[in-house]
Amino acid sequence: MTIEETEKKIVDEFSAFEDWMDKYEYLIELGSELEIIAPELKTPERLIKGCQSRVWLGAENRNGAIHLSADSDAIITKGIISLLIRVFQDRTPEEILSAKLDFIDQIGLRQNLSPTRANGLVSMIEQIRAYALSWAK
Amino acid sequence: MTYFENIRSQVPALSAKVKGKDLVYLDNAATAQRPESVIRLFDRCCLEANANIHRAVHTLSAEATRLYEEGRRAVAEFINAPCRECVVFTSGTTASVNLVANSMARGGMLGKGDVVLLSEAEHHSNLVPWQMAAQFTGARIEYVPVDDSGRLRMDVLDALLAKGGVKLLALAHISNVLGIVNPIAEVTAKAHKVGALVLIDGAQGIVHEKVDVQEIDCDFYVFSGHKVYTVPGTGILYGKPEILEALPPFMGGGDMVETVSYGGFSATALPLKFEAGTPNFAAVATYVPALEFARSLEGNQVKTYMKGMTDYLFDELGKLGGCRIYGSNGEDKAPLISFVTEGAHHADIAQLLDAQGVAVRSGLMCAEPLITERFGQSGMLRVSLAPYNNPEECQKFIKALEKALAMLR
Ligand SMILES: Cc1ncc(COP(=O)(O)O)c(C=O)c1O
Repeated sequence: MTIEETEKKIVDEFSAFEDWMDKYEYLIELGSELEIIAPELKTPERLIKGCQSRVWLGAENRNGAIHLSADSDAIITKGIISLLIRVFQDRTPEEILSAKLDFIDQIGLRQNLSPTRANGLVSMIEQIRAYALSWAK
Repeated sequence: MTYFENIRSQVPALSAKVKGKDLVYLDNAATAQRPESVIRLFDRCCLEANANIHRAVHTLSAEATRLYEEGRRAVAEFINAPCRECVVFTSGTTASVNLVANSMARGGMLGKGDVVLLSEAEHHSNLVPWQMAAQFTGARIEYVPVDDSGRLRMDVLDALLAKGGVKLLALAHISNVLGIVNPIAEVTAKAHKVGALVLIDGAQGIVHEKVDVQEIDCDFYVFSGHKVYTVPGTGILYGKPEILEALPPFMGGGDMVETVSYGGFSATALPLKFEAGTPNFAAVATYVPALEFARSLEGNQVKTYMKGMTDYLFDELGKLGGCRIYGSNGEDKAPLISFVTEGAHHADIAQLLDAQGVAVRSGLMCAEPLITERFGQSGMLRVSLAPYNNPEECQKFIKALEKALAMLR
């Protein structure tokens, strides 16, 4: 599946929910399935700034594909990261850097999050892009 | 219509919908919703009296000036200030504290080795300006601790005052986290005994307590209009006239001068000496209806009503389990409750409450040292009530919180 196809799948999934409580319920479920970053990687450099909750995001280069793991002390945040990771997991840096990420607006995530959380979301995306940039050819 | 339904009906914003649900607004300590009378006058000031004040000869300017000074009169009466001139308009509590801190530092009223005494429970607005003044002057800050129930440690206060060197004591009337009414008149008397000046941060106090600055006898009392039912950008600095006279101005500009030459300036008289530049003249007049509204909320009927809702919330939060309240209940508790929920992050709870239409505050609440260093938490949740809230909303909040906790734990 391409990044765009994964995004479309997420948009479809979210469109099944009318009420934001149901969307959050789903995010909480996704949050509990997040691939958790190894405890020794929870260093200050991997801590994302600008979130109301603490978020760590790690990446490794596995033969040219970027493998992500993360953690947060807030479960909805974990759900949001897990969406991002689903889109970006094991992609090449080039794929990551060219992704438009329309799904975030399409599922209404940015508009419905508190501004601090929305900023946090932007910071997470920037961090993933920064990892991609550092490994781009 | 009952007494309280009538109050509520005066505040149009309360009938808003949030995410398709009825708004339950429980973040009043951050900013209050406004009665229609305030909104109408604000409109009228913009439509019919939009001209710069104190400056021009023309009719509109005269009308704008009159409205502005009406606002000042209303505030002076509301806090029983000895004169209109000792009420200075600023942009908010934060600006008022910065004004006093900067003016004291410049005026040599704070110097190397002097002590500024604060409580552990101050809002950043009544903390950071003093840290900045201390950096600039070489003064030192000492903190009066609060006990585990959130009350000020009066024994430690006495000891710190007795140690000497205290030039200024700055204290919240009511902490925005703990919601405990500090005994400010008693504290002021103690500080005056050792020759210290006293600044009271009344951002929360002005909302819940009857304030008589002459009875309290504090040297400064500061607050923000947006928490007492008017619009933002309408802060107040009250100061004793003789002390404001002695204090040098902090900001220079138009309106604050008597004469200016290329060689220098002389400052004008109070209160304009501290009101450099164009103030928020579109809004200040709305203090008149806002404080009329506040007046209508004084008295025992409202006190009892608020206490009833506060007690209800204490009981229900207690029953939920795993909710820990900071600032315990009592006769000195304002209707403002901060708590943590074990096993559920405050940001998640606030998000799930919002999805159910309930607005509360979450996070560090501009009191980071109190929350992290004193109480060892990464953040808290806060519900704060106004008299236009009602018991059904308190119930809705508890139900919504229960639901959020069930999803998160
Ligand atoms: C106790 C206290 N002090 C100071 C402030 C700061 O008020 P403002 O942001 O209006 O200047 C607040 C409000 O958030 C407060 O609750």
